Amino acid sequence: MNEFTNTRHNHLIDPTMHVWGWEIPLYLFLGGVVAGIMILAGIRFLRGGDEKPSYALSLMPWAAPIAISVGMFFLWLDLEHPFNAWRFYLTFKLTSPMSWGAWILLGVYPVSILLAWVGTPETLKAPVREKVSRFAVLLRVEKWAEVNTALLAKLNILMGASLGIYTGVLLGTMASRPLWNSALLGPLFLVSGLSTGAAFMLLFGLSDEERKSLSRADMALIGIELALLALWMMGLATGGSSSQGALAVIFGGPYTAAFWTLVVALGLLAPLVGEWLEHKHGAVPGKGTAILVLLGGFALRWILVFAGQSTGWVSEIAMRQ
Amino acid sequence: MSGVRYGMAIDTRTCVGCAACVIGCKTENDTAPDFSRDWIYTLLEGEYPNIRMNIRSERCNHCEDAPCVTVCPTGSSHYGPGGSVQVNPDKCSGCKACITACPYDARHIDPRSGAADKCTFCMHRLEAGIPTTSCQEICPTKSIYMGDLDDPNSEISRALATRDWYVLKPDAGTKPKHFYLR
Repeated sequence: MNEFTNTRHNHLIDPTMHVWGWEIPLYLFLGGVVAGIMILAGIRFLRGGDEKPSYALSLMPWAAPIAISVGMFFLWLDLEHPFNAWRFYLTFKLTSPMSWGAWILLGVYPVSILLAWVGTPETLKAPVREKVSRFAVLLRVEKWAEVNTALLAKLNILMGASLGIYTGVLLGTMASRPLWNSALLGPLFLVSGLSTGAAFMLLFGLSDEERKSLSRADMALIGIELALLALWMMGLATGGSSSQGALAVIFGGPYTAAFWTLVVALGLLAPLVGEWLEHKHGAVPGKGTAILVLLGGFALRWILVFAGQSTGWVSEIAMRQ
Repeated sequence: MSGVRYGMAIDTRTCVGCAACVIGCKTENDTAPDFSRDWIYTLLEGEYPNIRMNIRSERCNHCEDAPCVTVCPTGSSHYGPGGSVQVNPDKCSGCKACITACPYDARHIDPRSGAADKCTFCMHRLEAGIPTTSCQEICPTKSIYMGDLDDPNSEISRALATRDWYVLKPDAGTKPKHFYLR
């Protein structure tokens, strides 16, 4: 029998760590949605096509700068020394995913706003243009954006992918929290972000054709996400004792029910079946499956952030003798 | 302090777990209420009457490859004098990445400043020419060794050369400079 006592009772660390609260999963979720919207918007602009986008779809890229601002606000709320947030922008730390993230977030704004502006219907742009016409530089920027829309679209895909991947890498590079410590978290969060981004767009009044094509894409994305989740679990299950111990929190441990029902069953399998049925019967995809995908994407980050913090390196007792 | 590489060792045979080091540190460093930079870990093994007890005074391991420094986005966590790991509270945003990155859970947020906090190896004492840390100074069984790992004649180097020792979680790859003599 082993029994240990520890005089350390540091709040938020003992007995299990919970320094990152609700703000972080909310930010990671919004970051994923934004990554998805930016990539999907970039792809739409590059593909072009003859069909005029629906009013809702043409305004959709605006969701990126708005949602990322909300997400960054939550991130800022999580800081214990929030008025030192500007310190992120006095340096660049190559080894720190959070430093990468800070700069990526800064890059998200110009490329997403410019692309959103280019795609905005002329009737909405005209009055704004009139108001700001005395700022010649803005008109020059608009001109540049209109000429370089293809470049802007590519930059949206690049920045969106960077944002989506970094939110996973941020957790994945922490060897101290074995549940997170997988390189698959980057692609997992990116694909989940694309899926939730598509689902977010389906909440709005898109055309039937747009709904069908987004829903088709989402089916593939959910399939890839399920595969990545399985690979992530395989990696942990066949890893060392720390990895195996970490995986146990969703295999019989305290997060088992939440993970398998909210993330896998309701967040991935149910919408996948729903979208497939809609597709099979030629129905226009509704909002029900989209809401499930969004809740599933949020549950994935919520559970991973909390469950991951509860895991740790377990070699301590073995190395004692 | 160039050319010095500080390390610490605890003699687990003589440490009785009195926690004077915890109180000494708290007094010297004025840590936040309810938080401490060092602590006592006690492991009881076996079935009565065949039991043995392992007692350690633990703190930041001042790792040579410190994950807290790796993940810090602002450069607040950094390698300081004598290879120690230090926090610059003026640069800290309180993002807590270092706390989650530390395999030893050695860090906390000081609620008074919002900055990350942990053992400094009492660098303010060492730099002032006081040769001991506060935990070492107060230890009634003289179980804490602190000194230059690169000097073969330092007390800690001699102890590590002649005694059996271990470090915590060596497979985490952090190269800790905090040793436990047995």
